[in-house]
Amino acid sequence: MISSRMRLFGAVVALLVGASGPAAAQQLELKLMAPAAPGGGWDQTARSMQQALVAAGVARSVQVTNVPGAGGSVGIAQFVNGAKGDGNQMMVNGFVMVGALAMNKSPVTLDQVTPIARLTEEIQVIVVPANSPLKTAQDLAAAVKADIAKVTFAGGSAGGVDHVMAALFAGAVGADAKKINYIPFSGGGESLAAILGGKVTAGISGLSEYEGQIKAGKLRALGLTSAQRLPGVDIPTFKEQGIDLVLANWRSVVAPPGITPEQRKVLSDAVEKMVKSDAWKEILKQKGWDDAYLGGDAFADFLKKEIARVTEVLKSVGLVKS
Amino acid sequence: MDTFAALAHGMAVAMQPMNLLYALIGVFLGTAVGVLPGIGPALTVALLLPVTYKLDPGGSLIMFAGIYYGGMYGGSTTAILINTPGESASMATALEGNKMAKAGRGGPALATSAIGSFVAGTIATIGLAFLAPWLVDFAVRFGPEDYFALMCVAFVTVSATFGDSPVRGLTSLFIGLTLGLVGIDKLTGQARLAFGIPELLDGVEVTTLAVGLFAVGEALYVASRRHHAEEKLEPVRGSLWMTREDWRRSWKPWLRGTLFGFPIGALPAGGAEIPTFLSYSTERRLTKHPEEFGKGAIEGVAGPEAANNASAAGTLVPLLTLGLPTSATAAMMLAGFQQYGLNPGPLLFAERPDLVWGLIASLFIANGMLLVLNLPLVGLWVRLLAIPQPWLYAGILVFATMGTIAAKPSVVELSMLAAFGVMGFLMRRFDFPIAPVVIGLILGPIAESQLRRALAISLGDPMVLLQSPMSATLLGIALIALLAPFVLRGLGRFKANED
Repeated sequence: MISSRMRLFGAVVALLVGASGPAAAQQLELKLMAPAAPGGGWDQTARSMQQALVAAGVARSVQVTNVPGAGGSVGIAQFVNGAKGDGNQMMVNGFVMVGALAMNKSPVTLDQVTPIARLTEEIQVIVVPANSPLKTAQDLAAAVKADIAKVTFAGGSAGGVDHVMAALFAGAVGADAKKINYIPFSGGGESLAAILGGKVTAGISGLSEYEGQIKAGKLRALGLTSAQRLPGVDIPTFKEQGIDLVLANWRSVVAPPGITPEQRKVLSDAVEKMVKSDAWKEILKQKGWDDAYLGGDAFADFLKKEIARVTEVLKSVGLVKS
Repeated sequence: MDTFAALAHGMAVAMQPMNLLYALIGVFLGTAVGVLPGIGPALTVALLLPVTYKLDPGGSLIMFAGIYYGGMYGGSTTAILINTPGESASMATALEGNKMAKAGRGGPALATSAIGSFVAGTIATIGLAFLAPWLVDFAVRFGPEDYFALMCVAFVTVSATFGDSPVRGLTSLFIGLTLGLVGIDKLTGQARLAFGIPELLDGVEVTTLAVGLFAVGEALYVASRRHHAEEKLEPVRGSLWMTREDWRRSWKPWLRGTLFGFPIGALPAGGAEIPTFLSYSTERRLTKHPEEFGKGAIEGVAGPEAANNASAAGTLVPLLTLGLPTSATAAMMLAGFQQYGLNPGPLLFAERPDLVWGLIASLFIANGMLLVLNLPLVGLWVRLLAIPQPWLYAGILVFATMGTIAAKPSVVELSMLAAFGVMGFLMRRFDFPIAPVVIGLILGPIAESQLRRALAISLGDPMVLLQSPMSATLLGIALIALLAPFVLRGLGRFKANED
């Protein structure tokens, strides 16, 4: 009943937008799902979008709902089943969801949603404690090649972006990714303590999480996963050190399945307008997120490739049984 | 900068009228949400983040700190009055506190928890101001094997304390440990005991279990007994305030609770549950009134409440010095810092001393405000107990259900709440202690993942548990705690034979 009313409302909005152009976009009333508990990266992305969409005058109101659980598996299931065909709903997601869905054998997949746009990305870093004998990414590569089991990597949850990156690193330097000794910690904080305390060989995380420690000289960054050097950051990329490891922890926004091409266009346009607004740029600066806007079919393509790559890696480390 | 000068400067910042107002709003909101089970301080800070966007960083962080401390206070109020711990940290408080309330001593129970929280919060905040840099070095050196050893100490001391029969206590503990296995295994990412239900993949929520067992189970039990003999509740028996005797019995547990709470709270994976339960079992052992435990002993409220608040200050140590959030609320405060482009960590003390010391100073102020806010309310709160039982328990059920839905809006979660309620009823009916179930759920998964982490790092060599001096010492303590009762009993028998 509610959803049919919503659908009707969505159709009316689409009609209005179609008929009277940009002015009607003001009437957009969006529901935005963060498939995670308040406070995490997806929640912050959703709330930032809420802020920017309203501030930029793209939407009249945006309501954020949190549906936490299992790396987004619970949220996406609810989204795909409950919001089908609703042109006023969107969901935030990202890299981690790809792995989580594969590992949880989720009946719902990212193939079912309608891709809208990639919004941000965060570059990953590998660090060692300041007193570690490893100085460069090549040193670490040599250690991994010598005896992969003895090199312990600390990072976030199993199957997440840090874990995938450890496996990709091992693969890129020609070691057997199946044998990596990856030690998952809950949340970024706990792993930091293990690295600073010298309990593990190296740590993997998003750059912003360790930036303070790197600047303070407590951690040494061995390499970044960006394709080129980041402006203002004095850390070499893996690529320039001869290791083919390019990866980013991206976040994106998707729409429900079964929406019309018109509805999709309305949402895509709204997001594009938001991304170009000053409010959004201001938020990115504050949060230290990198703008990685990629819309339309290019994003759909990108998503497909990432799903294939992550699933492949997770299979290779035995987290997903084929 | 000299610590004293810095703190004085911080006081000047925090005493600005606007910042005082923020602190007041913070403690008020915090107390309010702490009272509601399920809606914790973390959620409140999350919801307020966008609102505070326009405020200056100092003011809003001061407000968040107020919410944090206030939440700790509020949680204990419902734990004592209606046996519904607002969050897992006030579970230990419910054990004796609610018994006291039922015996007409709700006033002193609330008072000792408010004053104990104040004392512990103040001491721990002093600790935060002076010991933070030193303590953080120690905390970072605490490895997985050391955590595992600490869990062993907690298991032994805590499980030995509950129930009259060890078999019943252990049964309860193992139910909890089993529930702790539900969900995605942290180290391999594989689902265990989830039966294909996505909501179970994240495991059993501690508050759902605690509210189900404590509050719903209690309501069912009371309802079932009504036809036999109506339990007479007296809202107030004797003095509403703490007597001289109460003070005498409270001050040592306050201090001991602080000693448990602050250092363990400062550990990156320490949390508030372990120190509160450790404090509870310590007080139970040291008390001169062992017969009162289980019937409402004031030491069992004073100690855990102090530990609870001290650990809240403790978690700020890794947050401010390392940028390491160790609780959900601390994570939200970190997000708050980042919102203003500040990165907590080793550089924060150097880059923004005004902010850090302003925050620490405002913690002192928040503490004082909470005492002023809460003590006069004691008289009002205990009136709750005068509500006729059917109404009171109906209210508790509504309250518990609302809190659970607010935390996780799903049918599965509500069904679990109901199931745990029935389980709590049955356990009461057949005289099994309830607390060990919750302890098993909290400690089991931590102990498991820390042990497996330690073994993964050592490449499977179990000797790692004995090679770390800290871990070896803690395991030794656990062993002594495990064997001591038997040895002492044996000695007692030996002496008895000599006579």
